[in-house]
Amino acid sequence: MMAWRRVVLMSIAATLAALVVAAVVALNLRGEAPLPAMTEEVPATAAQVARGAYLARGGSCAGCHTARGGAAYAGGRGIETPFGKVFAGNLTPDVATGLGAWSSADFWRALHHGRSRDGRLLYPAFPYPNYTQVTREDSDALYAYLRSLPAVAQPRTPHALRFPFSTQAALAVWRALYFRPGQPPEDLSRSAEWNRGAYLVQGLGHCTACHTPRNALGAERKAQALGGGTVAGQGWYAPALDMPTEAGVAQWPLQDVVALLQTGVAPQGSVTGPMAEVVFRSTQHLTPTDARAIAVYLQALPQRSAPAVVAEPPAAAALARGAKVYEQHCAQCHGDQGQGVPGAIAALAGNRAVLQADTTNLLRVVLQGGYLPATAGNPRPHGMPPFRQVLGDEDVAAVLSFVRNAWGNQAPGVGTIDAYRAREARNP
Amino acid sequence: MSLGFFRRLAAAFVLGWAGGWGCAALAAPVVGVSAPGDIAPRVRACTQCHDKEGRATSEGFFPRIAGKPAGYLTNQLLHFRDGRRSYPPMTHLIEHLTDDYLREIAAHFATLDLPYPPPPAPQAPPAVLERGRALVQQGDAARRIPACVQCHGPALTGVDPSIPGLLGLPRDYLNSQIGAWATGQRRAQAPDCMADIALRLTPEDVGAVSAWLAAQPVPGRGKPAARLPAAMPVRCGGVEGLPVAAER
Repeated sequence: MMAWRRVVLMSIAATLAALVVAAVVALNLRGEAPLPAMTEEVPATAAQVARGAYLARGGSCAGCHTARGGAAYAGGRGIETPFGKVFAGNLTPDVATGLGAWSSADFWRALHHGRSRDGRLLYPAFPYPNYTQVTREDSDALYAYLRSLPAVAQPRTPHALRFPFSTQAALAVWRALYFRPGQPPEDLSRSAEWNRGAYLVQGLGHCTACHTPRNALGAERKAQALGGGTVAGQGWYAPALDMPTEAGVAQWPLQDVVALLQTGVAPQGSVTGPMAEVVFRSTQHLTPTDARAIAVYLQALPQRSAPAVVAEPPAAAALARGAKVYEQHCAQCHGDQGQGVPGAIAALAGNRAVLQADTTNLLRVVLQGGYLPATAGNPRPHGMPPFRQVLGDEDVAAVLSFVRNAWGNQAPGVGTIDAYRAREARNP
Repeated sequence: MSLGFFRRLAAAFVLGWAGGWGCAALAAPVVGVSAPGDIAPRVRACTQCHDKEGRATSEGFFPRIAGKPAGYLTNQLLHFRDGRRSYPPMTHLIEHLTDDYLREIAAHFATLDLPYPPPPAPQAPPAVLERGRALVQQGDAARRIPACVQCHGPALTGVDPSIPGLLGLPRDYLNSQIGAWATGQRRAQAPDCMADIALRLTPEDVGAVSAWLAAQPVPGRGKPAARLPAAMPVRCGGVEGLPVAAER
């Protein structure tokens, strides 16, 4: 009797397991047509190569696929994720280590379905959940451009992911849960400009990869798209693009949004951290039309209001200490009223980067300083000095608490423990 | 947001128009910025660690940059930005700056003409200092170690535009740089002659050279020489244009 029951139970379990595996496999293959047999590639036109070069910049491909000081697009940069490090591959046309043996259909499948030429599933650190919206035409142009690069022999560094994330099976489950092939966004009720912006923000520009919060398994929370997220492994916060108190631009004049994308600085604010890199490598090179389309799209995002924060004002002693530190170290540039200098030095009064609930970026900027990106429109930016060597944790916390509560500013204070954590968490 | 924003607008407005209107300013003018084209306020991020005007600080690790040859400083900025030198805080600061801007920053510090403080008292026994002096001034032909003076100039103040002086630097900094060359942490353009030389030096050699160099006064204001009296003994990347002795 017992043996009979065990057989039935095991059969049911086996059937269920087989069904799950079949579902995972099916979900991983959905929308995928078999690749055409290797056909003669149509030679790329010069216009296609130029278009591809433009798109590669727009998609920030080099940001990951070029190591610091390394050959362009030969890969090598390690991308930190909560599951370990993923190393970007070699996109140059080297046959053994790059894309030399790839067809345009192979390339399209990688971009659209997240599958490598040999059939392996690709890790979504390569943002194919976004690139899946890229058109075949643009994919072919990118392919043509990458084929035009000098071939560089540079084998891919193996990923350093923890078990079980290192397995294809885990990746298949992840994809079954969170990835489905997409199409270019299209909303006929909206302008062509909005649609172009949606394509650039959601697809090629993969803005959501940083600006959307992620769940415990690293998938974007689609319901909170562009609602602000922690940049995985980098220790920066990508502020919400749908909140006027963070990085929303709905209330800005359109040309100021364009200016921020093209020069890194606008009257209302400037870019720091990973966004400085995005402007430096990518958005400053966009055509005015594309930059405008992104601005139009971002301005049309439905806006959320910030949750009301009931904060106790920081202790008077901390504020007094902070005021002293400010006078000694900050006022010379930022001004005695936190007014800054338009176009050169950030105002701190009313600056939402200062007031934001998440103080990650604020602490990093104070500790490690930084320059705005040098762009054609702002070729000689001013630099914030690093204060890591100059101020202790207590002073860093005090001055930030002061700045967040002076000149009409009002925000919760910053604790010494926050400053300590920011200092210890990661060197720049 | 709105209150602060309007206040800021008002402040900007007053700053922009204070001269013409003569009204009571909301805020005193910011003195960190003097003129739109001025480079000095743009490099405060540098002088924070390298001290006012780019003289070395007492921290002992940040080297002086004032008065160093412009080409040398440019090369170092590019090395940090492009990963040939490794000091993440430096790389972070300049990673989104262009070659042109880095060249301008380098030129600014190169033109500063500031006195050097007297050197600290020697921190090594006389025998060690003598070993250091001999290596610096004569090298060691048997081990194919050229004398420092052959490239860095008879006065060791460097040569324009790209060879740095070796005086006025902290001993710890010198030790760590030669060490970094030996381990590949610090690199220059190929051929990386300093890496080859560093690998031929023993730890005792490095300690002796650093101790002696750090104890020397800087002649005059440490200006780099205009040219080398003789050809360089080895070919070095990043200093193109200087004659090199026939290679053995």
